[in-house]
Amino acid sequence: MRRVEHIMGLPITLHTPHGESGEVVFELLREADRRFSPFRPDSEVCRGEHSPELKEILALCAEYERDTGGAFRARLPGRPLDPCGVVKGWAVQRAADALRATGVRDFCLNAGGDVVAAGEPEPGRPWSIGIRHPDLAHEVCAVFEVRDRAVATSGTYERGHHIIDGRTGRPVHDLVSLTVIADDLTVADGTSTAAFAMGRDGIEWAAARPGCEVFAVDTERRVYRSTGTITV
Amino acid sequence: MRKVLVVVMLTIAGLIPLLEYHPSSQMGALPASPAPADGSGGGTPATGTDSTGAAPPSPSDTSGTSGTSGTSGTSGGSGGSSGTKNVDGSTVETDFGPYQVRATFTNGKITDVQLITEPSDGHSQRIASYAAPTLRQEALQAQSAHIDSVSGATETSDAFAQSLQAAINAKGN
Repeated sequence: MRRVEHIMGLPITLHTPHGESGEVVFELLREADRRFSPFRPDSEVCRGEHSPELKEILALCAEYERDTGGAFRARLPGRPLDPCGVVKGWAVQRAADALRATGVRDFCLNAGGDVVAAGEPEPGRPWSIGIRHPDLAHEVCAVFEVRDRAVATSGTYERGHHIIDGRTGRPVHDLVSLTVIADDLTVADGTSTAAFAMGRDGIEWAAARPGCEVFAVDTERRVYRSTGTITV
Repeated sequence: MRKVLVVVMLTIAGLIPLLEYHPSSQMGALPASPAPADGSGGGTPATGTDSTGAAPPSPSDTSGTSGTSGTSGTSGGSGGSSGTKNVDGSTVETDFGPYQVRATFTNGKITDVQLITEPSDGHSQRIASYAAPTLRQEALQAQSAHIDSVSGATETSDAFAQSLQAAINAKGN
């Protein structure tokens, strides 16, 4: 069964090969949107409330900010607090964990291009996750076969330059796409966003993070991948 | 109903090859040499991007129509799955100049991806000749595979409606 909803401004696709509705996923994502969106004036982020969950999110932001030497920043000068780079992965992973806790072991949750692939689509076959081609929106430029892994891709091909290098305050110039595969989406999404903000240096940085595999395309269309990835 | 709408939109966008995005039951060998772009649509479209000119802009601005911008080929637009069809990507501005790629579909599958617009100075030529085959090889390798889901930002509903993920959902394999 496939179910699609738009939440947090993202198209959310949940594929459950055994037909579960996965309602808990959509409930939790709607809740995360209410509480943590920087675009809702009544959200915790905007009101400056610091619930335990928001503290966890801000701690993750601080960790990435420190580890990237400031390239990743949730607070950019002259802009409101924007923990989006971390909130999305965190919220989607939390929703996936809740679904797993209800006994659903096999599912693929895709939130705006960030993917949690749990279990298998059918016995003995891994999930095949394509990486969007940076120039051809309807093609993929790589495919990764995964079980119980998360895949997050940061790119400049949509919405223009939406990733800013916090060290310079300027948009990232030398990469068009960077994918991180990790055990959970909080790590994959945070690492890909932070690494992308570092530009080409971010490729090696992300590959050195524990449990992370990297696939990246630079503006000259050179392809980089860390070793150990299973590809088709 | 949604599925029908999605399919209609895709068709209008001239993205018929998408619908033949098969799980690779027919893993035909890819031609070693690129199919020539023998249509008249090979001209370089005017740079379709109005962004700051520095580095890669968002091709999504034009992605809804890019499929038709330079479409040419021998299939005569019948929408059938036979014949050869070329689809041009959006022009991408980089620090070195504009790049644009063309995908060649044969019987509904990508058989080649080539650069049709590239920067003219020597430095960039060198980069292009070195770099282009890399992404091209990756893409050619990847396109024959079965895909369950696609990673890569589709953050707006418009972009999603036209995305490969939406096509996969509509097909409901």
